[in-house]
Amino acid sequence: MAQENKGFSHQTIEQNTLLLIVLTLITVSIGGLVQIVPLFTIETTIEKVEGIRPHSPLELAGFNIYVREGCYNCHSQMIRPFRDEAERYGHYSLAAESMHDRPFQWSSKRTGPDLARVGGKYSNDWHIAHLVDPRAVVPESIMPGYAWMKDRPLKYDDIGEHLKTLKALGDPYTPEMIANAKKDLEAQVKPDGDTAGLLQRYPKAVVASYTGNSYVSEMDALVAYMQKLGTLVDFTKYTPKQLQQ
Amino acid sequence: MASATLTPGAAVGGHQASTEVRYNEDAVRLFVIAAVFWGVVGFLAGTFIAAQLAFPVLNLGFEWTSFGRLRPVHTSAVIFAFGGNVLFATSLYSVQRTSRQYLFGGEGVAKFIFWNFQVFIVLAALSYVLGYSQGKEYAEPEWILDLYLTVIWVLYAVVFIGTVMTRRESHIYVANWFFIAFILTVAILHLGNNINLPVSWFGLKSYTWVSGVQSAMVQWWYGHNAVGFFLTAGFLGIMYYFVPKRAGRPVYSYRLSIVHFWTLIFLYIWAGPHHLHYTALPDWAQTLGMTFSVMLWMPSWGGMINGIMTLSGAWDKLRTDPVLRFLVSSVAFYGMSTFEGPLMSVKPVNALSHYTDWTVGHVHSGALGWVAFVSFGAIYYLVPVLWKRQQLYSMRLVSAHFWVATIGIVLYITAMWVSGIMQGLMWRAYDSLGFLQYSFVETVAAMHPFYVIRALGGVCFVAGALIMVYNLWRTAKGDIRIEKPYTAPARVAAGA
Repeated sequence: MAQENKGFSHQTIEQNTLLLIVLTLITVSIGGLVQIVPLFTIETTIEKVEGIRPHSPLELAGFNIYVREGCYNCHSQMIRPFRDEAERYGHYSLAAESMHDRPFQWSSKRTGPDLARVGGKYSNDWHIAHLVDPRAVVPESIMPGYAWMKDRPLKYDDIGEHLKTLKALGDPYTPEMIANAKKDLEAQVKPDGDTAGLLQRYPKAVVASYTGNSYVSEMDALVAYMQKLGTLVDFTKYTPKQLQQ
Repeated sequence: MASATLTPGAAVGGHQASTEVRYNEDAVRLFVIAAVFWGVVGFLAGTFIAAQLAFPVLNLGFEWTSFGRLRPVHTSAVIFAFGGNVLFATSLYSVQRTSRQYLFGGEGVAKFIFWNFQVFIVLAALSYVLGYSQGKEYAEPEWILDLYLTVIWVLYAVVFIGTVMTRRESHIYVANWFFIAFILTVAILHLGNNINLPVSWFGLKSYTWVSGVQSAMVQWWYGHNAVGFFLTAGFLGIMYYFVPKRAGRPVYSYRLSIVHFWTLIFLYIWAGPHHLHYTALPDWAQTLGMTFSVMLWMPSWGGMINGIMTLSGAWDKLRTDPVLRFLVSSVAFYGMSTFEGPLMSVKPVNALSHYTDWTVGHVHSGALGWVAFVSFGAIYYLVPVLWKRQQLYSMRLVSAHFWVATIGIVLYITAMWVSGIMQGLMWRAYDSLGFLQYSFVETVAAMHPFYVIRALGGVCFVAGALIMVYNLWRTAKGDIRIEKPYTAPARVAAGA
């Protein structure tokens, strides 16, 4: 055999467990490092657009419900740059638009439609009726119903802790936002109350008495989150060139 | 050429030494039982959620039974509970024989791993149903469960690698290269994708260290390599031990094994971005992902050829040994889905297939055809050995299982091909006036018949698994079914 005449033979690796382990570790590390590290270092990875802000406290609670219920198993939040998707869903999604989602909710499957820009497309009442009984609104729908969510009180005593945790991970929550977290959360379901602080901290947050409950329910949070989706960036301000990564 | 260098490994199972070396089989037996149990649970869960998509009333209106919460139960049950227990059983069985050494750490550690892994599975499934999930596909368990799994995994690595290091064979057998790569890489992936900061040390909720586009890349670096290393490298370890053993032939090519191993583990890691084509992931990363995915076709088929050609000189056994038929068909399915995968990773193809059922069908041709079939083959091989029985209760029932399951897979993947491609085409269809031809919900309604067919495929697969359970149960009891044995047909002279 040719290799017996050479200095190196694969047999060396086959006879040395540590060598096999080290070479394996090196071999499997390269691809991941090359693909992941530059995403943190190349500045154009996340487009510079105005309007992106972290989730408001109520939206964050809604985001967590969205994750908890596994909505991503059937709904994408990532519009691809195709003509049909632009017509069906709107402008293609930017990396910036999901930069505060931990984890990302782009999803891999559209058993249901994309939700990246569902915000503002339907009324709050439509969303609530649809979540309670999807087939009452869309007869062909195969989505599970979430009637139980409508009147379930949202647990949000620790919402400030959530904001603090996200801040520690790098999301731009200010001390003011953290201090007002609970107040802001409650303000977002009271259209008649004082919402100036909320809207100054979280522009474009949709304030509404979603389910009309006297307390904040889980469905309030979920609908508030969905009504924000895809509404933060004003695309009339940008040319495609400016959005290049 | 190969035979000389293969000798250490070719003596798979070390017949010559089996009288002197004591092997641990108690822990392996437990893992086999758990694998079969979780297999049935996972297939049932899959069939149920498939039925939910056909008949949404099956979501039942409870928060614990919605598709969104049950789908992770299905995926975790089949990948980690079924696949994981199969990998534990087969790797801990074969590493002792290929190393001619008792399990490192002894029976206590192995059983500790066993029981804690089962507890982990139950806790993970409960957590999803009760509404605790990180929301990362195939990595749903929250931080505390991730830590628990890390402890179990480190112990497993110590037991496996310890056994290899204390081996009485001069060479590390090829199956063990794959098992080692699987164990190490899964550890790296698990740690990398689960770095989370808990909101409170006394609560389950946590947030992940990366967000948005970076979170997407890390997730699919993890997710694709859960396929690449858990469901591929690990199960290739099974192929490299059990196919030669069952066929009674050495591995086809030693040199191909080496090329297969290093190219597969090098290339797989790069393939993750093909899950993110045309997304907000920068183009350079998508292009890398596509390029390496296409290249990955080569080592995949190299491995398939190495597995299938191991039957050289023993092809006739396919007629008489349904267990070998499971093993060889699994490698054929592996070849099919590792051709389909690179195809789907090409961006224009992906533009159509992404977000559709085609992806789901692709996953299942790999998961049912490759992972589950090679597992069934290994389990049918192991049970008579571990329970010290002469033979399986019934080879005819193995064959029945094979055909029922194969029909199930065919129903499943063809239904998903049709529905996936159809849905992809409907989404982009324009009418003569230049408007989108179909509303989204029309495409949902069009899926219905295929969702019913898919669920039926699942029913077949569950039925096959139940046939296996019965067969294994009777085998363990020591029964032998009176049936017509499989015999080789009389040889006919060439040209006759």
